Amino acid sequence: MDLSLDETQQMLKNTAKDFFATECPETHVREMENDKDGYNKQLWEKIVNQGWLGVPFDEKYGGFGLTFLEFCILLEEAGRVLLPEPLFHAVLLGGMPINIFGNEKQKDELLPKIISGESIATLAFHEEDDSILPSSIQCQASMSTNGYTISGTKMFVPFANISDMIITIARTGDKDTDLSAFIIPSTAEGVSISELSTISSDKQSVINLDNVQLPATNMLGQKNKGWELVEQIFSFAAIGKSCEMLGASEKVLEGTVEYAKTRTQFGRPIGTFGEIQRHCSEMATIVEGTRFVIYEAAWKLAQNKNADKEVSMAKSWTSDSHKKVCAISHQVHGGIGFTKEHWVQLYSRRAKAAEIAFGDGNYHREKLSKLLGL
Amino acid sequence: MRFAFTEEEDNFRDEVRKFLKSELPNNWDGVAGNNLEEGASDKEWDFALEMRKKLADKGWLTMAWPNEYGGQNASMMKQVIFAEEMTLARAPGRDGFGIRMLAPTLMIHGTEDQKTQYLPDIAKGNVQWCQGYSEPESGSDLASLQTRAVEDGDDFVINGTKVWTSSAHRADKMFILVRTNPEAPKHRGISFLLIDDMKSEGIKVNPIIDMAGRHNFNMVTFDNVRVPKKNLVGELNRGWYVGATLLDFERSGVEYSSRCMALLTELIEFATTNKRGGKYISEDPNITKEITEIYTEINVSRGMSYKIADMQSNGEVPNKESSMSKLFGTILEQKVAALGMQILGMYSQLGPESKHNKLKGKIEQEFLSTVSATIAAGTSEIQRGIIATRGLGLPKP
Repeated sequence: MDLSLDETQQMLKNTAKDFFATECPETHVREMENDKDGYNKQLWEKIVNQGWLGVPFDEKYGGFGLTFLEFCILLEEAGRVLLPEPLFHAVLLGGMPINIFGNEKQKDELLPKIISGESIATLAFHEEDDSILPSSIQCQASMSTNGYTISGTKMFVPFANISDMIITIARTGDKDTDLSAFIIPSTAEGVSISELSTISSDKQSVINLDNVQLPATNMLGQKNKGWELVEQIFSFAAIGKSCEMLGASEKVLEGTVEYAKTRTQFGRPIGTFGEIQRHCSEMATIVEGTRFVIYEAAWKLAQNKNADKEVSMAKSWTSDSHKKVCAISHQVHGGIGFTKEHWVQLYSRRAKAAEIAFGDGNYHREKLSKLLGL
Repeated sequence: MRFAFTEEEDNFRDEVRKFLKSELPNNWDGVAGNNLEEGASDKEWDFALEMRKKLADKGWLTMAWPNEYGGQNASMMKQVIFAEEMTLARAPGRDGFGIRMLAPTLMIHGTEDQKTQYLPDIAKGNVQWCQGYSEPESGSDLASLQTRAVEDGDDFVINGTKVWTSSAHRADKMFILVRTNPEAPKHRGISFLLIDDMKSEGIKVNPIIDMAGRHNFNMVTFDNVRVPKKNLVGELNRGWYVGATLLDFERSGVEYSSRCMALLTELIEFATTNKRGGKYISEDPNITKEITEIYTEINVSRGMSYKIADMQSNGEVPNKESSMSKLFGTILEQKVAALGMQILGMYSQLGPESKHNKLKGKIEQEFLSTVSATIAAGTSEIQRGIIATRGLGLPKP
């Protein structure tokens, strides 16, 4: 049992923390809320140049040759500043599925492009029935003479607006789990993308697929094994999202304590009041407890060990704990915290989006209960 | 980062498990109300002492002690594993007062004579100590204590009252904080003394029965009790600081999570094999949700403890982390007990004495006895204050 970062990890963390502190101030986060693309190309290029998109991928594709764990350390720092750029998406929803499920040809061709930022891929799973179940997938991929014809509607696809590849989960058989993954170029005929306006001012889209023609070679992984892809990628993504929430929770805690020390009422700092101290100690305890459960799951995933229980514990706990930390912060901040000009609401709106992404607390508790034999 | 134990640590865990399996009675499931490891009845107490001697023989009782005092200087993680396995098995016999509190204090502040006189008996598990700290008017504000010790020839003469004294009725000896200078500021007029015989003239131990009906706490009164001056530990009037000494032993609080896990495991077993209204209890979605939440929180609590042990391994001194672990862990103990009550339904009302009880009436005992968890050894409010002021740097109220 060793909870400290090794030298590489510590260096990565320090570099990322400094980088994001300089490059992603609150003004940038606000600017991107109203940006057409939702991210800044110059900043994205700087992130790419750090090599961070290649952290968990093999050197032969241009990656760092590190693991998912190291990428999680980056995500924690990105989460601290609410980085709008698609670091999470490009690596976990684009690169990871190709790295794990792609054949050699796909990996050789696509991973270097993703790592170098030339290409951005995303994952299209959700549909009108927004549950995370095989049966909620209605999007149909039918075999045609040249490959597959895909039709259906995908919902809540993150960063589809800037992705050139949409990894799409579609039905290829009659059984519930007869699902397959396809790499659809976003420029393919029959693909239309329309953006949603969301609570966290991020970029999610509805994608309409109308008889999109694909060669069979665009299938990612084996036929009818798409659900396995979803389960694995969702595990990585649930922990990655938890890491972002952890970083955000830490920032909210720090900022709230700072406010409690400086805001004066009744002639003294509000941080001297028992009720406020209670709020702050509650936040601190929650945040303290969060780190271990997340990194235990991240370590196990990075080591290719079974982490089903750990993932569900981490995501259910963090989904709720981060939300709670933000709610307490609002309470401590009083009136100013719920104004648009204040920083807390930037965090609490995103906390809600992160909570429900890749399974909310109830979803993961349900999974955990099965694993416990209940 | 590494979220796994070493092979050596795994082997040690196995060794402890095997030992406990062979030494504990078949189907041993602890004493009623498992937050009291030693139990309350005479029979439980005798068994706890028997186990303590065996643990001493194994060298496990003193494994955290430095080599020069016959210990093994065991690593923090090894200490954590031992604590975890003992608690998971609900095995009695560890000695909180002697091994973990008094001995380290003597190692640092004791005279050579005191070390030779007291440490060997503690190490062998031959003697039971109790701790005279709290008083009726000095609870959370311990430094305001009023029990008075006045110098008289070669002795101190003690008068006053101590309360919440665990195991005083079983103890051979007591270490006690007394006021030796009433004029000085409250922290600077306290001394740390050793009382060699709880049967000394003038000492009266009065039982306090807790709401679970058990006798663990006591009120102890002192009426002109004489203690030789050589039994002063550390300097006169420096007792507050002597008492606050903590040797670098594991203090992760891992017992909270393992105690909860032992009980939750039992509750899951019960809920998945017993029916109510034609359905397994575990099929009730409310119960399922609570079980999974608590299972997760136990893991969170375990993580807090491992973090503390990891800090100590790296030579760091845990501060707010210990308070967080205690705060979170003790609330969790109450939650598991409350869940148990819910799972047992109408039967949750029945204690160990009822022939109709389920799970031997243990849950009722647990429910009643864990009320003290968030109060004893620093209330939740005190812990939150420490986290807020010492941990987060908020100004003192």
